[in-house]
Amino acid sequence: MNQLPALIRVFAYLSLLTVGGGMAAFPELKVLTVEVHHWLTFTQLIHLYSMGQMAPGPNMMMIVSIGEWVAGPMGAVVVLLAFFGPTALLAFLIGRLWKKLEHWPWRDSIQKGLAPVSIGLLLAGCFTMAKGAISGLETATISVATLMILLEYKINPALLVAAGAIIGAFTFVPK
Amino acid sequence: MNDPAAKAALQPAPAALALPNASIAEIFIEFLIIGATSFGGGVVAYLRSGLVGKRKWVDDKEFVEMLSISQTLPGLNATNMAILVGDKLRGAMGAIAAVVGVCLPGAVLMYIVGMLYHEHGDRPLVTAALKGVAAAAVGLILATAIQLGRKSLSHTYDLIFIALTVIGVNKLHQSVPRVLITVGIIAILWYYPRKQVKEAPSQ
Repeated sequence: MNQLPALIRVFAYLSLLTVGGGMAAFPELKVLTVEVHHWLTFTQLIHLYSMGQMAPGPNMMMIVSIGEWVAGPMGAVVVLLAFFGPTALLAFLIGRLWKKLEHWPWRDSIQKGLAPVSIGLLLAGCFTMAKGAISGLETATISVATLMILLEYKINPALLVAAGAIIGAFTFVPK
Repeated sequence: MNDPAAKAALQPAPAALALPNASIAEIFIEFLIIGATSFGGGVVAYLRSGLVGKRKWVDDKEFVEMLSISQTLPGLNATNMAILVGDKLRGAMGAIAAVVGVCLPGAVLMYIVGMLYHEHGDRPLVTAALKGVAAAAVGLILATAIQLGRKSLSHTYDLIFIALTVIGVNKLHQSVPRVLITVGIIAILWYYPRKQVKEAPSQ
């Protein structure tokens, strides 16, 4: 079955939800890819998303993996275009407009109003993911430890996520 | 394509007042480097050191201005910034060169990672390691939210909008666009343009 149209629809739609960052779209990403289209399981989504946190560049590149799984190389390309095309065009157009709107009083209102909402969406995405990623004392400890270290010290987060892999490998392998 | 990449003699001018002389190829390569080296999230920091520090394509004030647009619009900060900076330097072609450059390395990497994971993802050792990775990633995202909140929130009652958003998505299980539009509009109206009443006690 040709899945390309569905991939385009899903990822173009998701891209418009990424206000403040990719995580804002995570709850919908889960619903659409896991529950509606069954392209992958929730666990697989969490795994891919987490690995994507270690990759360089924009932190939503794990969508490429989903595209590839569903429809091969074409799927990967289509997903990239669908996900980055609409927002790129929007940034291009609004970016040119924004300067002219400098004295439009609502410009500031929009910026101030959307700031807390985008953080709320980031948190909501985080909690959605936590439901699948945290399943006991060990995983909770890893999360809290990562959080505390990042808030307390200046350290590259990719190193901590990699450390999570090592701790996980030692802790969770079934005996 | 009449613009040769020949005039590459970029002088390290102290201020980027005049439009910097950057070719499409230079734009692509600079963003490719940023896209390939920005491990660990914080692409914005890498963008800043590359574009403001090294290349002097934008100055600090402009960078902050572009960043605030990037954060307000849908789309990832990194790609929105690429579009804005690329457009400033070389119009539409510059924007495309920048966004392709910043995405390419991560996309290729995740393509390979995805294939490997598809093949070996169910091995016990891999599953165990990824369980640790996912738990750490949750901590990382939470830290990002807290750091972002400290930086970009101006008032305590912003916490109410954050809470409304989280409750809408996680507790009431409303779709993200519905929550985004509803709470977004309330929050924007809350910050309706007042006449120069900074720090006025709010209602």
